[in-house]
Amino acid sequence: MKLFDNLPPSGGFDSPLEIASSRRSFLHWSSAAIVGALAVGASIPGLTIDNAFAERAANNVGRAVDLGSGDIGVLNYAYALEQLEAAFYTQVLSTPYANMSSAEKSVLNDIRSHEIAHRELFKAALKGKAIPALEADFTKVDFNDRMSVLKTAQTFEDLGVSAYNGAGRLLKNGDYLLLAGKIVSVEARHAAAIRILLNPKSAAFAGDDIVDDQGLDKAAMPGEVLAAAGPFIKTRISADNLVSMKHAERN
Amino acid sequence: MTSEHQILDELDADLVERLSSSGPAVKKAATTLAAAATAPIIIAVAATEAFGKDKALPKKIADVLNFALTLEYLEDEFYRTGVNSSNLIPAEHRAVFEQIAKHEKAHVELLRSALGSAAVKKPKFDFTAKGAFGDVFSNFETFAALSQAFEDTGVRAYKGQAGNLISAPDVLTIALQIHSVEARHAAAVRTIRGDTPWIVGMSRGSLPAATQAIYNGDGQSTQGGANLIGMMDLSKSEVSAAFDEPLSKAAVLKIVTPFLAG
Repeated sequence: MKLFDNLPPSGGFDSPLEIASSRRSFLHWSSAAIVGALAVGASIPGLTIDNAFAERAANNVGRAVDLGSGDIGVLNYAYALEQLEAAFYTQVLSTPYANMSSAEKSVLNDIRSHEIAHRELFKAALKGKAIPALEADFTKVDFNDRMSVLKTAQTFEDLGVSAYNGAGRLLKNGDYLLLAGKIVSVEARHAAAIRILLNPKSAAFAGDDIVDDQGLDKAAMPGEVLAAAGPFIKTRISADNLVSMKHAERN
Repeated sequence: MTSEHQILDELDADLVERLSSSGPAVKKAATTLAAAATAPIIIAVAATEAFGKDKALPKKIADVLNFALTLEYLEDEFYRTGVNSSNLIPAEHRAVFEQIAKHEKAHVELLRSALGSAAVKKPKFDFTAKGAFGDVFSNFETFAALSQAFEDTGVRAYKGQAGNLISAPDVLTIALQIHSVEARHAAAVRTIRGDTPWIVGMSRGSLPAATQAIYNGDGQSTQGGANLIGMMDLSKSEVSAAFDEPLSKAAVLKIVTPFLAG
């Protein structure tokens, strides 16, 4: 049985031409995204609330890629994040930093394969309801520098874990929830592996910076996640139909 | 032998009473100030809101939480005993196991607090499994092997229960937040043991044959109806490692039963 055979209509997306014309624009700052940005505050490098509004005003030309609504919107949201991760690791492996050890290469190569598998899964499963390929922006990453690469990887993996943890509650279909569950623990394994490369033989794999004193990993709503991912994605994405603020607060 | 029934079905009616009597003020405080509320309060309020005064339904949620608590009891006692055993954990690996021990203790406290008097009692454990792992607290290799076994089991166990929590989104979120921490633990211990941080196929790696049930069923090629092998040159092992599969409660209990004393 195919899990995705009876998909409800998605929120749709714009024509490729319009998407191409918006390539230099930024994320569409939905109300949810702004609240998310407030929540993460200064943790978004170089992006304060004020200049987020300014960027929106300056770039609000053409329409954004709409993730859609309901479960399809959540799956497209996951697809967007997996596209970002897969693009990142593909670049890491095609322009490896100097003196990448064989152990590091093995870990990074495995993670690349996993992220591609996740991306291809969503692409195949969403079929015509899938958002188009997104354009990444890795200008902030120095692929020649081990620390830049691994710290970015850690950011993406921790963000991915928090995104799936937060999105679970948004899914109505138990099969999709299970699918997200199958992926999130692998993302958590990635996060730990990258953290171990950066800080071996320490508590960092599940450090106090990411796991709270109740032993809980982070869970973040789409607005917060997209605000953090925004600097790495050129394509403008709208999560406006993904989750209403009411839903985010109460469900 | 402690049965599943004894461990999991000791639902105290007091939980229902306690949850049902939470006043509107408490609900409001916890829902509007969720960031400031502790997880047990969120769980209690979520259960109340989801089920109101229907005294039959919370059992499904409590059963999941008690199942989780049973696994956390096991892990908590295992790591506490381990970190307190002299000459067991090499100095270079202590930070990892102390961090894991801290989390498992927190998970027990969180789940016990959320369940209140409905919480199952801690079973008596036998980590030697009647002698099969007799040197578990004197031989680091045995200890680390069982640690990996418990963590990989925990990941699959929580995953298998997610669907049972879909009606209680706040509880689901907290379960997911524990689930990914267990996966971080698993990756760290697997790395210490020289294995990949992720499970490849159904391989138990260098773990003893007795642990194979933990890995059976994990080597899937098809997800969401899509066979991913060959897409973008993905191999079978790469596809299988990209997804962790769930385990049923029954399968998990079969795995942990040898470690229950009695």
